[in-house]
Amino acid sequence: MELLYNIFIAPFVEMGATPDFLLQVLWEGFVAGTLYALIALGFVLIFKASGVFNFAQGIMVVFSALTLVGFYAAGLPAYVSLFLALVVMAVLAWSVERFVMRPLVNQPELILFMATIGLSYFLIGLGEFIFGGEPKSMITEELGLPTGSTTIDIFGGFVILQHLDIAAAIIAAILVICLALFFSKTRIGRALRAVADDHQAALSVGISLNQIWAIVWFAAGIVALATGIMWGARSDVSFALQIVALKALPVLILGGFTSVPGAIIGGLIIGFGEKLFEVYWGGLLGGGVEAWFAYVIALIFLMFRPQGLFGEKIIERV
Amino acid sequence: MFYREAGQFKSTYKADQAIFPILQDRMAIAFYLAVAFIAVPIFGSDFFITSIMIPFLVFSLAAIGLNILVGYTGQISLGTGAFMGVGAYSCYKLATIFPDINIIILIIASGFFAAAVGVLFGLPSLRIKGFYLVVTTLAAQFFLEWAFIRIPWLYNYNDSGAIEVPQRETFGIIVTGASATPSVRYLIVLAIVVAMTWVASNIIHGRIGRAWMMIRDMDIAAELMGVRPLYAKLSAFAVSSFYCGVAGAMMVFFWLGAAEVESFDVNHSFLILFMVVIGGLGSLIGSFMGAAFIWVLPVILRAVPNFIGIDVNAATVEHLNFMIIGALIIFFLIVEPHGLARLWALAKQKLRVWPFPY
Repeated sequence: MELLYNIFIAPFVEMGATPDFLLQVLWEGFVAGTLYALIALGFVLIFKASGVFNFAQGIMVVFSALTLVGFYAAGLPAYVSLFLALVVMAVLAWSVERFVMRPLVNQPELILFMATIGLSYFLIGLGEFIFGGEPKSMITEELGLPTGSTTIDIFGGFVILQHLDIAAAIIAAILVICLALFFSKTRIGRALRAVADDHQAALSVGISLNQIWAIVWFAAGIVALATGIMWGARSDVSFALQIVALKALPVLILGGFTSVPGAIIGGLIIGFGEKLFEVYWGGLLGGGVEAWFAYVIALIFLMFRPQGLFGEKIIERV
Repeated sequence: MFYREAGQFKSTYKADQAIFPILQDRMAIAFYLAVAFIAVPIFGSDFFITSIMIPFLVFSLAAIGLNILVGYTGQISLGTGAFMGVGAYSCYKLATIFPDINIIILIIASGFFAAAVGVLFGLPSLRIKGFYLVVTTLAAQFFLEWAFIRIPWLYNYNDSGAIEVPQRETFGIIVTGASATPSVRYLIVLAIVVAMTWVASNIIHGRIGRAWMMIRDMDIAAELMGVRPLYAKLSAFAVSSFYCGVAGAMMVFFWLGAAEVESFDVNHSFLILFMVVIGGLGSLIGSFMGAAFIWVLPVILRAVPNFIGIDVNAATVEHLNFMIIGALIIFFLIVEPHGLARLWALAKQKLRVWPFPY
């Protein structure tokens, strides 16, 4: 009975008793969710256009952030470093397309997936070789990002909002809107959607697959850089971020592999769910449940809706 | 010319169905086994046996396990590291609870625990496939990693949180623990790996293995022809996890001597997936080749700078290692997506027809 009470009643009593704390937890969940959503967005972009499950997205986040910090440490102004980091991501996108994707065209998806794991190993080695393995701090202030915090008095308590987190949420929103406009209004965006729809048909109307893939990888690189800045500002820029990036997988399951809004909503669900569960129920299991809870949500979700919230429904019976 | 079956006539069905139908192949296998069982323990240095041969064999077994799942049944898994961990932790618990039972029996028995866990996490495979399955196996990976830390019963409530291998004797010879000699540990690992490879080969060439391959090639057609996906998929998960569990138990008991959660993390899952893909999906000999490639190559790369006489610090070598392995994986996938096993098959074909082009 006590166990049942602890599972079903006590957490809600606690939530009701200290609503300010609940709000704080929800806010933390929202921030974590935004970051998961941003990583997932990078995955979705590449998956939509080429059907490649880009495992290297996580390391691209680390790599782009390291490049930015590295250029700044070399004595360049912050905005010049940002521009140069973008140039590096463009070069990376071009090289990936030229040396990895193009020779592997038409291979089974497992092979492409393995190739991106190989790519992530390569980037880990390259990143550590150039920048060293130790964590670095992000140049938050130099980039003009706010660093203070606001305390809101509410429900007889208070909620602390970091300005940086607010900025992160706004930047994420802008990024998503820009991507949506890019996909629906521009010539290249339409070509991208055509490629996503049917490779052969797109080829036959004169769309260059190679060019499209390079552009998509560059777009994923931009998203990676934005994620890297935000995440790096919250903690440090380190290679541990890679494992966190794997959390984007359950986000994708929830949202569907091909849906941009799905990635956002999936990220938020995982972010909220994870923080709430960790704070209110994690104690029963000894804590640290954040590491696997997202996957379990995805697992349960898969049982009922295998195509995700916004994914394309594929009916197949076995 | 040298490698040709001309003149080797088969007069029974048994001979026709042999795994190694060509005499030269049988001689080569006998030769390799002789080298592995006799020459390596006699002539190999302790470093060679403990740092190269034992891990190579352990990873080969794990790669065979994963190959059964990925290569033969077509279900991608990233939970190999955790399944190895289940084997290791259950073997440790069994060794604590039953100190008098022969440790080799316990190692095999621990495979059954891994198999049970594997079946549990394999259940979603009945509904989903592809990358969705990757996520469920990642769930297994992270959940089990968490369990290895948070359930102190698993490591007997000791302060370090690590499992340490107790000393055990078999027929009066010390086989585990710090005072067991490398050659004894090596020979036991080798014997288990050879025996289990033989069993795996028989399973794969039999009815169960064929059902797995049918599921891999086309699940709908397989079901129409009377293969039950439930049994085929779950048996693949069970056998695969059994092999991984035994490999994990051997890894701790005969190689590392003590282990923490880090020995079973997601990077090991990737490492073994690399071995399977580089070696060749759906090939037993490929599992050995892949394990040799992925495990031995970094050891060689580490030795190269000293050998040439360039002074490079260890960290730089490690980073270059990562880059070289990453690049080689991409290179191999581009040049030969079917892995080293296919290269080996091509080489054999070339040898058969030599000196003619075809």
